[in-house]
Amino acid sequence: MAIEDDVLVIGGGLAGMTAALTAAERASRVRLLSYKQSTLCHASGLIDVLGYAPDRSGPLVDPFDAIPDLPQGHPYERVGTDAIREALHFFDAVVGDAYRGAHTDRNALVPTGDGTVKPTARYPASTAAGLASRPRATLLVGFETLPDFDAPLAAAHLRETGVPFETRGVTLQFPGIQRADATLTRYAHLLERDEPVDAGAGAAPARTVLAEAVRPHLEGVSRVGFPPILGDEHHAVVRRDLEERLGVAVFEVPSGPPSLPGIRLERLLFDALEELSVRVTTGVPVVDYEASADGGRIEHVLVDRNGQRVPYRADSYVLATGGLVGTGIDSSRERVSEPIFDCNVAHPTDRYDWFEDDAFGDHPFARFGVTVDRELRPLAADGEPEFANLRAAGAVLGGYDYAAEKSGSGVSLATGYVAGTHAAAEVRG
Amino acid sequence: MSDTGGSSAEDGGEGSESGPTDGDVLETDGEGAFDPIEVFPETGEPDLRPGADDCYKCSTCDTNCPVAAVDEEFPGPKFQGPEQWRLKRREDHDIDPSITKCSNCMRCDHACPTGVPLSQQHNTARAEYVAQQVSRFSREYWRNRLLANYGTMARLGSRVPRLTNAVMGLSATKWLNERVLGITSEREFPEFATETFREWWADRGGARVSSEEKRIAYFHGDYANYNTPEVGKALVRVFESFGYEVAVPDQRCSGTPMFANGMLEDARRAATFNVEAFRELVEDGYDVVCSCTSCSFALRQEYLELFDLKGVETVATNTYDAVEYLRIYEDLEGALAEASGDDGQPAAFAYHTPCHARNQGLDGQTVELGDAVDGLEVHDVGDSCSGISGTYGWKRERYETSMTIGAEMFEHIERADADTGLTECPTCAMQMEHGTGYEVRHTLEVLADVLLEQ
Repeated sequence: MAIEDDVLVIGGGLAGMTAALTAAERASRVRLLSYKQSTLCHASGLIDVLGYAPDRSGPLVDPFDAIPDLPQGHPYERVGTDAIREALHFFDAVVGDAYRGAHTDRNALVPTGDGTVKPTARYPASTAAGLASRPRATLLVGFETLPDFDAPLAAAHLRETGVPFETRGVTLQFPGIQRADATLTRYAHLLERDEPVDAGAGAAPARTVLAEAVRPHLEGVSRVGFPPILGDEHHAVVRRDLEERLGVAVFEVPSGPPSLPGIRLERLLFDALEELSVRVTTGVPVVDYEASADGGRIEHVLVDRNGQRVPYRADSYVLATGGLVGTGIDSSRERVSEPIFDCNVAHPTDRYDWFEDDAFGDHPFARFGVTVDRELRPLAADGEPEFANLRAAGAVLGGYDYAAEKSGSGVSLATGYVAGTHAAAEVRG
Repeated sequence: MSDTGGSSAEDGGEGSESGPTDGDVLETDGEGAFDPIEVFPETGEPDLRPGADDCYKCSTCDTNCPVAAVDEEFPGPKFQGPEQWRLKRREDHDIDPSITKCSNCMRCDHACPTGVPLSQQHNTARAEYVAQQVSRFSREYWRNRLLANYGTMARLGSRVPRLTNAVMGLSATKWLNERVLGITSEREFPEFATETFREWWADRGGARVSSEEKRIAYFHGDYANYNTPEVGKALVRVFESFGYEVAVPDQRCSGTPMFANGMLEDARRAATFNVEAFRELVEDGYDVVCSCTSCSFALRQEYLELFDLKGVETVATNTYDAVEYLRIYEDLEGALAEASGDDGQPAAFAYHTPCHARNQGLDGQTVELGDAVDGLEVHDVGDSCSGISGTYGWKRERYETSMTIGAEMFEHIERADADTGLTECPTCAMQMEHGTGYEVRHTLEVLADVLLEQ
């Protein structure tokens, strides 16, 4: 027999988890299926709503000023401004103190590991002390064995962007780690557990030794930024401890993948799913589906369990499998497709029209994805919904370029929220 | 690269107007051409090239590796898998000895967004390391061989279980194990049952239910046979209560501890025996069920990835975890809800999902079943690894790593509102007991308690 639920969400990223959480407040049995770890582990952990307009003007001061001008078919145009606001309120309630920025519609400016400044709507509490809009002299600290974050270079880059404060960078030896190939989680674990390390003067707790190494470089600064490795589950404790030892504010500078702030957000949302009794199954992919006789509804999907195809049935389904990186959208040399339901993905037939020659150009492929109606039902080429009980959310949607717009998390939240709401309303009771 | 459509086509392709010509080296034969477990016909060795090429170095695997988080000397699964594979293309490169620090938990497989077969790469690298770089005369080799072939020891030991248990518990034995063999004296050796599962099965006269339609072949493995026969008995009783005919063919160890110790030839012998025994039953309409999630994982995935055996795919695609099987083919939740009437004993468990269960999509299953039973509470203690990973935590030089990894799980168990543990993996159970002092039960035992009138 099939495994039965009311709502089945396919995909465990920000959009899928938001859809599952939203649905779980309205339907009794919600399941989230996630094949592999989602792209949240690559994500900065920042919640961008809209940093730049589609014509690339910006950074935008207030995303809500620009949203009404977005072109037809943009996911924000599909769901509308009210839904975006509701989704942000929903997110704020779920994450509580772990995130900041809810007090205003305006974008915050967060310094990144490359020394750029990123406009974002919500940011982890761990980055809060580092905002570029605060005119406080800043020290950035990098480590010899973590070459992805070059603190002096990032500081120089920040100065070039004209931030209203003094900033400098220093590269130190991380206490207790000599090898250049230790994983990020090793740093986080060492600090989280405050393990004893020996930096030449006998063993002492890692946080104490780290603070001692940073102290000589503090002159004239009132805040210190580190790469985002300051602890794991209890990162707030690590940060506060360092602040007390150093006597200045401590913050994390968001980085590229792998990214602990993204992973922490993932964990936060998984905890919320557990709280709402959402059933979570990971490690097995949805590979196919059965439709009703008239083809109008999905009867069940088929999950590949090591070669056996097991049916999972629900009243309604949410497709949140991600974009080209998350493998929710696939491409061959012939076509671009959505691999589970083969939903229509509009794209030029000639693949040389999929991209621009300029690497930083306005690539059509960045907007590839499924087209949806205002209830987020994927539409076939004839403009009719592919299935009455399927909705799509997040990067699997087309019509926007999240990398250029800095809108990825906001779109995932807003469309996940709307898809989850409609999916729950569809439940037959 | 991006100007291929213009000048380069004119340079090379006569009359070609758009894109590369038919002879372009990039051409593949259609969609899905890359199959990471494709086998080279000439050698019979697994072809790991496509898997290595699928890695785009996002390092998601590294952030999921429990060993790398506690041991800086372990460079993580990305190095051990695709990077080491590439290094090995140069013939003067040995396998890095850090491969022996991999605990074979396989969380990297579960995490990888592009499906790189990391554990397959680790298994082959570890086997090559043991075959070419470890002396047959070293203590490590014999210690690991002994641990990997636990079933052989168990077969001998369980002939005189009381004597063996007494001897293994002696401090002199522990001292010897630690000094001579390098097996930690910190752990209590698991006791042998006074009656093995197979003895019990033979005594009761085998199957008590016969059915043409509903037939399962039970892979009990060594642990349920020699150490926890009550798990095997629970499985038989539960499946018989659903009307299944149960077969218990001759079998050997699943091979899990052999993979983990790089003893691939030992594992191949065990796999050959098991596949042959179960293939015939599958062809007769039986499905294979396992009570240990590492055993089911070996039969489902590792055999297929590592050995080119007749019928290996037939067995793999018809093997299930026992509880999963009932969930798929029976209304297990319904039966549990019905059985948990008013006289049900209230019980609460701290449940740990074994890493190898995650790889089969089984996380959450036991918690969901708990929800179906009145008076039964199953608290998930989170997604951390128990740290023991089979024989890993038994090695003197790995004991501390094993316990450091386990610390998070111990804390979560102690925080949970329960004083009995629950899991499906026998060595995770050992670790849970060792770290918390809790009694630990198997999900099948709890199901049997709920479903069967005593």
